[in-house]
Amino acid sequence: MIRLLRLLFFGLFARLLVLVVLGLNVRHRERLPATGPGILVGNHNSHLDTLVLITLLPLRLLPRIRPVAAADYFLAKRWLSWFAVNIIGIIPLERRPHVGEDALAPCAAALARGEILILYPEGTRGEPEQLGAFKSGIAHLAARHPEVPTVPVFMRGLGKALPKGEALLVPFFCDVFVGEPLRYEGHRRQYMADLQAAFESLVRESGGEKG
Amino acid sequence: MAGLAVKANVLWVFAAVCGALLCASAFSMWLARRDIGGGYGELRQRIRSWWFMVAAFAAALALHRNLTLVFFAFVSFLALKEYLSLIPTRRSDRRVLFWAYLTIPFQYLWIGMEWYGLFIIFLPVYAFLLLPLRMVLVGETAEFLRAAGTLHWGLMTTVFSISHVAFLLVLPVYRNPVAGGAGLVLFLVLLTEANDIAQYLWGKSLGRRRILPRVSPNKTWAGFLGGVGTTTVLAIGLAPYLTPLLPKYAALAGLLIGVAGFVGDVVISAVKRDIGVKDSGALIPGHGGILDRIDSLTYTAPLLFHYLRYLYF
Repeated sequence: MIRLLRLLFFGLFARLLVLVVLGLNVRHRERLPATGPGILVGNHNSHLDTLVLITLLPLRLLPRIRPVAAADYFLAKRWLSWFAVNIIGIIPLERRPHVGEDALAPCAAALARGEILILYPEGTRGEPEQLGAFKSGIAHLAARHPEVPTVPVFMRGLGKALPKGEALLVPFFCDVFVGEPLRYEGHRRQYMADLQAAFESLVRESGGEKG
Repeated sequence: MAGLAVKANVLWVFAAVCGALLCASAFSMWLARRDIGGGYGELRQRIRSWWFMVAAFAAALALHRNLTLVFFAFVSFLALKEYLSLIPTRRSDRRVLFWAYLTIPFQYLWIGMEWYGLFIIFLPVYAFLLLPLRMVLVGETAEFLRAAGTLHWGLMTTVFSISHVAFLLVLPVYRNPVAGGAGLVLFLVLLTEANDIAQYLWGKSLGRRRILPRVSPNKTWAGFLGGVGTTTVLAIGLAPYLTPLLPKYAALAGLLIGVAGFVGDVVISAVKRDIGVKDSGALIPGHGGILDRIDSLTYTAPLLFHYLRYLYF
């Protein structure tokens, strides 16, 4: 029943919202993962980011897609928590884990099951339409599964359509730039530098950070 | 015709358009097979997109009047969204932009109600006066004039101008017994698009002297004059099947569409040049964005509408 609700939400509602109300211009769609496991890395400006990233992938992959989301925000209220866990299908992440606690274990387990994670290494939606500094948690995760490809996706326009702290959605076209898949080569620093460089080149391709 | 909302003439003209598209498809396939240097991928994509656009337009026009209104309201929505996504907007104006989008259903509702008086002043008077008021209530004065001016310009081109195509649809049928309102819509849209294509083809084959080098370097005098001439001839030929226009007035209508279509094209080109983009978007493969496709229509629609209204309605 809940799987059907999730299918309806993403198959109808999210697709109508993302493709008709907003509208996507996708560059390099062929670089998206065709199957799991994988890590989709996005810049984070809006709650719409997750709907857009899930809409980019075919519906048959939906059962395998798991956005990683902050436990302190999404599990705080009962209804939001139900919606985030069951419909969006999030893996809750403890942003400030206790000493000795392995916060990344559920993500690593999901990759081992062949699922596709959606991660926002900026850690928060931040200022609209600006790329924040990346946190290195993602490198620790990639180090545990070096065989899994990481696909960077730069999105522009969603911070205008629904920025942090606003409830009113205003339609804008969203430009999506998919980068070449990259892999963990044995060094966390190198991986973070590769990821940063991939985003910088996508930002350049998009013609600068500001729309 | 049973089940359809249009007269037979409209369907015959659509059949002729499909015939022309078939020829274009066959020609592009022949070019691809000869494969001289390649570079015909975009042409094939362009023609493919034409098939989709003609199919959507024909279905919307033939099935029901209200469906046609929804179709053009959606075109206005896409065009306004594309415009607002291209221009710099102030974050503080989010609510103002939301109201700007809301004018679209109302503008097309007035058309559905056949309320000409409100249709013709709603955007140029009420939206013009009230959207700046909404901006003032937000309170941000930096870049105020630019924000208010660019927003109104966008509404006038993408909503006000384009909605004139739809108002042709509700003009009284008895004044145009051969094809009704749908005939007028088809006459306008077909000639505007044919004019675009004719200007392009004449310019490609004979064009030498540039007409507006600083705005649109690819436009030539040969393209402009050849296009206007072709459109005028087409208008005289099509008018008896789709409109109440006598031949001399049909010629003038063709001339009007030819010249106005050119102006609409170069005005949107100037806007794109100002913003610094080549295409307004990537919605229609081979064509660019929706504004790239309807740029001429933003000028031809209100002008042909008032020309027809003055003469016959």
